[in-house]
This record gives sequence, C-alpha cells and structure tokens, in this order.
Amino acid sequence: MIDGYNFAYLDERTKRMIRRAILKAVAIPGHQVPFGSREMPLAYGWGTGGIQVTAAVLGQHDVLKVIDQGSDDTTNAVNIRQFFARTTGVATTERTREATLIQTRHRIPEAPLTEGQVLVYQVPQPEPLYKLEPRRSETLKLHACEEYGLVNVKLYEDLAHWGRVDTTYDYPVQVNGRYVMSPSPIPSFDNPKMHLMPALQLFGAGREKRIYAVPPYTDVKSLDFEDHPFHVEPQGHACALCGCTTSYLDEVLQGEGERLWTCSDTDWCREQREAA
Amino acid sequence: MYIAVKGGEAAIEASRVLLAEARRGDPAVRELEVAQIREQLGLLVDRVIAEASLYDPELAALALKQARGDAVEAIFLLRAYRTTLPRVAFTEPLDTAQMRVRRRVSAIFKDLPGGQLLGPTYDYTQRLLDFSLLDATPISVRTEPVEVQASTGSARTGGERMPNALDTLAAEGLIENTLPSEGDPPPPDITRDPPVYPLPRSARLQMLARADEGWLLGMAYATQRGYAYTHPFGGDIRFGAVAMELVPDELGFAIEVGEIDITECQMINQFGGSATVAPQFTRGYGLVYGHSERKAMSMSLVDRALRSDEFDEEVIAPVQQQEFVLPQGDNIEASGFVQHLKLPHYVTFESELQLIRQLREKHFSAEEGK
Repeated sequence: MIDGYNFAYLDERTKRMIRRAILKAVAIPGHQVPFGSREMPLAYGWGTGGIQVTAAVLGQHDVLKVIDQGSDDTTNAVNIRQFFARTTGVATTERTREATLIQTRHRIPEAPLTEGQVLVYQVPQPEPLYKLEPRRSETLKLHACEEYGLVNVKLYEDLAHWGRVDTTYDYPVQVNGRYVMSPSPIPSFDNPKMHLMPALQLFGAGREKRIYAVPPYTDVKSLDFEDHPFHVEPQGHACALCGCTTSYLDEVLQGEGERLWTCSDTDWCREQREAA
Repeated sequence: MYIAVKGGEAAIEASRVLLAEARRGDPAVRELEVAQIREQLGLLVDRVIAEASLYDPELAALALKQARGDAVEAIFLLRAYRTTLPRVAFTEPLDTAQMRVRRRVSAIFKDLPGGQLLGPTYDYTQRLLDFSLLDATPISVRTEPVEVQASTGSARTGGERMPNALDTLAAEGLIENTLPSEGDPPPPDITRDPPVYPLPRSARLQMLARADEGWLLGMAYATQRGYAYTHPFGGDIRFGAVAMELVPDELGFAIEVGEIDITECQMINQFGGSATVAPQFTRGYGLVYGHSERKAMSMSLVDRALRSDEFDEEVIAPVQQQEFVLPQGDNIEASGFVQHLKLPHYVTFESELQLIRQLREKHFSAEEGK
C-alpha cells in the first residue's frame, strides 16, 4: 500500500459524505443525488464518479473487479484496478463470480450477479434528459413533476421517422415506476439485465457531481410504447473464440476488410471456453 | 499639484528594467537555458508552436523564456516573428496514414490494423505528485529505445503504414467520404485573406487549428453537455512525425524537405440521413502542430458542430455559429482587445462623463417637478 494516503485514497469524512449520498440514492431509486464530488487523481470523464463510489464502499475484505468495455485488461480498467490495489491492498480478480464489488464502464457482466455483489457504474452524464433540455435547472423541475413528455415525444419521433428508436446505448429507463434514469452508456442490449437484479447497482458521476442507485430487485423498465415494445436487436454473429451467440460482441478488424466478433465480456468468454 | 501628463518615456524605460528583473527571478538560481525549455517543457513549446502557427521549437522555447512562461504572450511573440517571414513555397498535402506514429488509439474497435499504440501519455499515470522530481539529481535515464512498445495489437516494425481506423467504415459506406470541395478550389489563407463569413470548412479548420486551446476545449465540452450534441466517438487519434514534401518548379516532382510532429483526430459523429442521403456516420476533424490530444479532439468536436448547415441541423447553441466560435477563438486578437482597456480612454470617457451628468440633471429636475 502507498504511504501518505488513507485507505482507498479518500479521507474517512469524505467517504462518509459519499455513503450518505448513496443511502439517499438507494432510498429514492433512480433519483440523482448531488454530492460533494472530489478532485481525483484521474481525469474527469475517466471514471472519477465510479472511483469515488467504489472508494466509499470498499472494505478490506472485498474482492474487486474492474472492467471497461466488458474487459479486465483494457487500459482504463487496468489503471483503476491498480489504483485501488495501490491505495487499499484489497484482493482483485478478473472473475465475475468471485468479485464482491465490480466497477464497470459501458457494460454489465454477462454472468448473472448475486445478492452479495455490488455493481458500480461510471457515469459520464447522469441527466437522461440533457440532449432534450440542457439546462439542469429545468430538468430538475421535469423530474420533480414526473414530466417526461419530452423524452416520449423523442421516442415517438424516432419511431415515426425510422420505424425504430434511434438510441443504441444509454437507452433511458424508468426505475421503480417513477424516475427516468440514464443507465450510463451501456448498450441497450444490457438494459434488461438491470431489471430485478439481485445485486445493488450504484452510479457515480464525478464531473456532474451526482450519485444515483437501483436497489436489489427493483423494477427497471426501458422506455417504450405498448405497440412498440422495447427489444434488443440481435447482432447475428457468434464469438470467434468461444462460439457464444447470446453475449454482446466486439467487432475486431483484421485488415483487408476482414473482421471477426468476440465476446466483449472477456471473463464470460473464458468461462465458455473452459466449459466446452 | 500633481498632473501626470508627461514622463511616459521614462516610465516605460523603468518598466522594462523591472520586467527584465522579474523575468530573471532570483539571480542565485541558475538561468534557464532555451534548450532546457525546448526539451523539458515540450508540451508547452508545442502549444506555442500550434497557436502561433509557426513550426519552430527553438524560437517557441525562446519566446517562452522571454514571456516568463506566459503561453499567450509567447504565442504573440512568435506570431509577430512569423509575419515577417517570406512565403517560399506550398508543401504537398500531408499523408497522415504514413505517419511514423508514436501513439495511436482508436476508441471504436478493440483491435484494428496497426494496433492500439499507447506511446507517451499521461492518461494512465494516476495523478500523484512524484516528490522525487523535487531533487534535480539525475535519475537513471534509459539510453536504448524501448524494444517492447506499449501496444495492445500485434508487434509493429518501424515505417509501417498505419491506415486510419475510419477507412474500413468508409469502404463499407458507413461513414461519409472525405472528398475535395466541388471544383477543388485552393483553400483561402486565413493569415493573408480577411475572413468573409460564412467561411468554407477549409478556412474554418485553419482558424480552429490555431485557436486558443482553452476556448476550443470549452466549446467542445459544451457540445458534450447538450449544447448542440453530436454523438461523438474517438475514431482515430494519433501523434507522430509526418514528412513534408514540396515540388520545386525546377524539378517538377516532390522531394522531402523535412518532418514535423503533429496530432490528428478523426471524430465519428452521428447523422440520421435525409430524403436523399442514407443514414451514415459523419466526421469531425482535428489537426494540431506538436502533441496536443486535448486540442485536436476539441477541434474535431467543434468542427463537426460547425457543419450544421451541411446536415440541415437546427442551430441552437453558440458552438454552431462560426461568427461566434472563430473570431473569438483567436487568443492574440482577444488578449489584445480585452487588455486594451488598460490604455488611456480619457477623451471618450470625458464625453461619457458629460452625458451622464446631463442625464442625471434631467432625472433629478424631473423628480423635483413631480
């Protein structure tokens, strides 16, 4: 462990402040709770919110997994995992099923999560309405009044224009029948995994200074219409490494215009290959 | 009675002496060498080169020394020098696919031809102060170049072509092609031709390339926060050396005259299509002298936002308005004009004083009359 810094980098008072925000967020599922986001030794937009949430809830006996794009060995994931290894000394793992706390950017692991686990999302933009109304003073009122006409009109216009919704990631959801929430830029493929998930889902947005949460076993509904229900477009390929056809796949260019697809969740891919 | 109407000349002379002393700092501390600035404050030198639009690291370092590290003042010095230089020739267009890359990352594919090459970057350093740098004692510096490059892709050998990550998308028609404007007119020269708005993209890109980094960053960030959002992805971001070629009249073929370091960013953005064009991705482009990903990426976001007329996008934010973004982004013009308010304005102010006194008189006499 590195000298001169507290366990998990932040001082205990800051961690307590963040945990209070988390408790409030859990009590009001999907509601964005402002918090005193700190300057972190990582650039804004690279996971400062997720890191603060992880730092606030991580204990000495936790087993930490960090993924970015579903993979443990992408540079940003490696960097964040090393940061916590340096500042806490906690055990780290690449195995989804062994982790007690998983910090993620842009994916939900393929392996179902359990009650003992916490999933921490890195969130670039917590306000699901910002593309329709950039003024946060206004969106605050829209949420307060449960006035989601803007986003429904946007979905309707997409359907009228394209015959489908023009959003493939960060697809807005309604939590517990009340707040419309950004699921963070996960592919809409992952949205159904949020619904009634046994694990606690925490969302940290450092630059925008917001925390929100989805408690275990909470309704999470991707916005849609009765006659145009939300659905996930299949990618239509199998993983070139493990053959899986149900996981989310990365497209990898091979040169000469050739390409192949592999599981974005590298730990899931390993499990499939070992089981084969 | 004290009336400071004369004595300007002596005051200026004294001010210059004071400035020279302030620049030198404590004489007990060793004087900074220009070569040290050039070698050890390279990113600052790059910023000066880029915004002065003069590729001369040595003079940029000198300007920084003279300007006491004030980037905008150094840019000013170098631009004022640049303007005295004759224009000898135009080089051929740069081929950035032939760049000797020291760093190339693409955020859209996990791996791709050419690989992901991290190179020198602060991105993954963890921002903890390295107190060992407080000591000037030399630490072990490697003399051999690193054999294993920080690449996640297949091993690379030098001089290999590094195709752009967007090429495959273009081959599939998924992204707009980069084509010359109709008739391929020579681009205007923003340093010689006064701007006539609306400017063509070729002129806008020139202005963005030497615009203030902080201004561009703020403008680009605004698009990300919803003020003219453009759905961006970092398609291809690369830094390295490219060859400059020119065709001398007496030879009639291209010869290489040198190399410069540049940073290039191709941003991928969404476009829903129109009645005549199928939906496809669009591009924002950034190109900056030296190494500055912050600026190249900001530039590409702003470039894309400024193309709203091409895609029939509603103009809702300042970043989409070229007359807002471009002239105000020139930090030499802006710095000069903001600070000109330090100059004497006695004459104009006196006339304002007269006016406001008259108005107040009127106001109070009207009140008395009520």
